Amino acid sequence: MSFRHLQDRSVKYFLLAGASVSIVVVVLIFAFLIREALPYMKSPGLGSFFSERWAPTSPLKAGYGLLPLVAGSAMVTILATLIAIPFGVCGAVYIAEIAGKRERELLKPFIEMIAAIPSVVLGFFGLVVLAPIVKSAFGLPTGLTGLTGAVLLAFMAVPTIMSISEDAIRNVPRSYLDASLALGANRVQTIFKIVVPAAMSGIIASIMLGMGRVVGETMAVIMVTGNAAQFRFTPLVQIRTMTATIAAEMGEVTNGSTHYQALFWVGIVLLFVTFCINLVALRVLRTYRRA
Amino acid sequence: MVITMPAAFTIERHGDPVEFKPKVVARHLSFYYGAVQALFDINLTIPENQVTALIGPSGCGKSTFLRTLNRMNDTIDGTRLEGKITIDNQDIYKNGTDVVTLRKRVGMVFQKSNPFPKSIFENIAYGPKIHGIRNKAVLEELVEQSLKRAGLWEEVKDRLHLNALDLSGGQQQRLCIARALAVDPEILLMDEPASALDPRATARIEDLISELRSDYTIVIVTHNMQQAARVSQYTAFFMEGRLVEFDDTEKLFTKPKEKQTEDYVTGRFG
Repeated sequence: MSFRHLQDRSVKYFLLAGASVSIVVVVLIFAFLIREALPYMKSPGLGSFFSERWAPTSPLKAGYGLLPLVAGSAMVTILATLIAIPFGVCGAVYIAEIAGKRERELLKPFIEMIAAIPSVVLGFFGLVVLAPIVKSAFGLPTGLTGLTGAVLLAFMAVPTIMSISEDAIRNVPRSYLDASLALGANRVQTIFKIVVPAAMSGIIASIMLGMGRVVGETMAVIMVTGNAAQFRFTPLVQIRTMTATIAAEMGEVTNGSTHYQALFWVGIVLLFVTFCINLVALRVLRTYRRA
Repeated sequence: MVITMPAAFTIERHGDPVEFKPKVVARHLSFYYGAVQALFDINLTIPENQVTALIGPSGCGKSTFLRTLNRMNDTIDGTRLEGKITIDNQDIYKNGTDVVTLRKRVGMVFQKSNPFPKSIFENIAYGPKIHGIRNKAVLEELVEQSLKRAGLWEEVKDRLHLNALDLSGGQQQRLCIARALAVDPEILLMDEPASALDPRATARIEDLISELRSDYTIVIVTHNMQQAARVSQYTAFFMEGRLVEFDDTEKLFTKPKEKQTEDYVTGRFG
């Protein structure tokens, strides 16, 4: 075997090893989560999760109901996404189709910079500015509510939605625009009847990716949602998300206790949800790239 | 500069003078992409209900000229036009001209077929819909008529809700012709409509052009001189942004007046 051949092979394996690391890490994380969480299935059993009471440290009777946490995460995520969609998509249409070149060069980096703000700093903003507004607008006893968290998270989802949607819209072939304009359609008709529908799968993917970001977000929600695990279907009360629960309780829990295992189950549920959302988003994104 | 437009014009057809109604008239037309001049003082009269071919080497300005006729060049930033173009004696670059109405009258078929990623039906119905037709029965009728005119109806009538992108290349181009016809234009501009098609699909498009001539004024840009000879009655030869010669197609190909035309049609360059 020549030196060159050997060199070729070794470089190949080196790169392969690099590429494999991330896969191995993901598998290990998953295995680790399962291992730590597994004893819970025997006692007290998975059935205990289907309860409305999350009170793992209660001295009388501990409650491990995941329903308020899942509902809290779901409510904040869905609300944040609904708030972010109009801003993200309209902004993307504006930047891609209407803004002039200089406007675009100014706007796009600016919006993408929002994504670079540390979430703890956004949490400050939520605490000091947003929470008092929510409090006085709805006449609530506290401004730390699900709605406050949702608005803050929407702010974090907008850059993702806008940036990927804008790409999708700009990737719509120029020939579709020409065909529409040549038929006598005006610019607005062309944008909303041809360009946006043609970019729809990319726009949907951007929304899913924005949602994936929102579900997993921890710091901002822990700061502004009040963290009371209530199973109530209104965004105007304190809520607690899955991420906030893990972050707040993991540091103080006894290693190996039932509470400890329950928190690992919360982590598994969270991982499963983000995994599904991202998988769907990538699927949709791939079909649109092919088309 | 006073620019006058002729009410009628006479041109030879197979050696005999024939009088035509001028449909499109360009006078002293110059066109600029930014600082680059693409057309130089073009004077051309296009007869009604005839096929006029625009030929010439790449970059000669024939496509640019074609796109001035439905103001598609307006969609490109930094372009400028001098001179005058009239359709039925109306100046189409006059201030206040409604570009939407103009483009409804002047349909266009592009070099690369560009159906929308929608169903066959929606592709054809798009134009009528944006011009205000909502009635479903009327739309269905229009779709059928347009597809029949474009010679595509028999092939697609059972699958109108199939995605247009699943059609073959030749079918897609005929769909684009049908889509242009659906808004009931008077003039049809074709920018190398068959350049991406195989010989059989090309033949179908050429037959179609001949059939459509009785109802539409057709202007076709083509690279292919045989095609110009087959489908057109009149031919304009462009070179380096100038109109070199315009004549009866047969005459232009057999007895050109200009040396440049002769060199080009005999294949000495281009």
